Amino acid sequence: MTKTPIQFSLNGTETGVFADTGANLLDVLRRGAGDLSAKQGCAQGGCGACSVLIDGELHLACLTLAETVEGKQVQTAADLEDGPDLHPLQKAFVEGFAAQCGFCSPGMLMAAKALLRSNPNPTRDQVADAISGNICRCTGYEPIINAILTAAVEMRGRGAA
Amino acid sequence: MTITIDTYPTLGEAASAMRTGSQFLGGGTMVVRGLNFASPDFDKVIRSTDSALSEIRPEGNGIKLGAGVTMARLMQASGAEFLEPVARAVGGPAVRNMATIGGNLFVCSPFGDFGVALLALDALVQMSDGQMLPIEDFYRQRENLRGLVSAVIIPRSAHGAFRFRKVVRTKPKGAAVVTIAAHLPGGNRISGARIALGAMGSTPLRAKDAERALEGGSLDAHTVQRVCEMCCNGLNPQDDSIASAWYRREVAPVHLRRLLLGEES
Repeated sequence: MTKTPIQFSLNGTETGVFADTGANLLDVLRRGAGDLSAKQGCAQGGCGACSVLIDGELHLACLTLAETVEGKQVQTAADLEDGPDLHPLQKAFVEGFAAQCGFCSPGMLMAAKALLRSNPNPTRDQVADAISGNICRCTGYEPIINAILTAAVEMRGRGAA
Repeated sequence: MTITIDTYPTLGEAASAMRTGSQFLGGGTMVVRGLNFASPDFDKVIRSTDSALSEIRPEGNGIKLGAGVTMARLMQASGAEFLEPVARAVGGPAVRNMATIGGNLFVCSPFGDFGVALLALDALVQMSDGQMLPIEDFYRQRENLRGLVSAVIIPRSAHGAFRFRKVVRTKPKGAAVVTIAAHLPGGNRISGARIALGAMGSTPLRAKDAERALEGGSLDAHTVQRVCEMCCNGLNPQDDSIASAWYRREVAPVHLRRLLLGEES
């Protein structure tokens, strides 16, 4: 199969991979760049487990043709923690039992991050809408919504999104 | 199968490169999904970086939307506020950041909610060769059309006269049981009513008998009941994992009545 060179910034690090032509970004992240944080659930845009930020915008890596991220900035859940310190969203997920099996967590975290970037003080309904493209089969969603609201309070206190 | 991907700076060049076995890439929510599963029925993906595809601008008394405008972008656009609930009805936030207006015209039932609104608004579809197609003609010819869609034009402002409702089993996001869009100009004496339904056929369809029943009338309970009784005439809903054709026929009049009378769904 033909390989196509792709260069992009992955979590702030310039990254180059040779991707199968027609491969999606999720395959390239996991198999080419070794970032296993984004997950493959449905591979058809229904579950949100592969959610990443591309140039700051929430996208589904499984439906993104890898070649279209040439020169762009891709952020995954692997970019959230800062050394030993968890991101406030991660911390709130852990402390609020918002992760059980954890498969949806990377996508949920990125959807939440995208929300809080544009809306640091969301309502409960706005949080529910922000994660409406992400499926969780464990938690019943309420702990996730609570965790995002908790993290939002902490992040506003820090003045960071 | 080996896939090749070609990118062109203009839509015209991309259109010239299309041939049997080619697929144009908009936001990717359908094309890349096809690539992810088994063997797609195309071996060449064509895309364009033409900036005109992302334009939103006034056109006469209406508005012109480039085919590459995403649902998320449309939700923020001034002058198109009446379309915000329509764009919001398409997928979750990530899908809305990717899905384009042009792509929405080509998806199959029960998807394609935006096209339902465009049908009720008498939109025109502009092709890459400049040809303008009334959207009803576009849907009729969709499978055999040559060329690419460059933009859609909504010929007049619909503020205040446009209503939209998407009926789903899961909230806030889900595929449609039925999608209803209505354009009801004329106030107490409705003239030129348009009622379009999605997931009631392979493409969005107009409920023409219902439209005729509204002509010259108002949205009183008696008229609305008569309109709803005939709203499924000529429509052809299908069974799918969301709902059976029977169920869609049963509930479409109920939701149309609620939409016309301003009741909650």
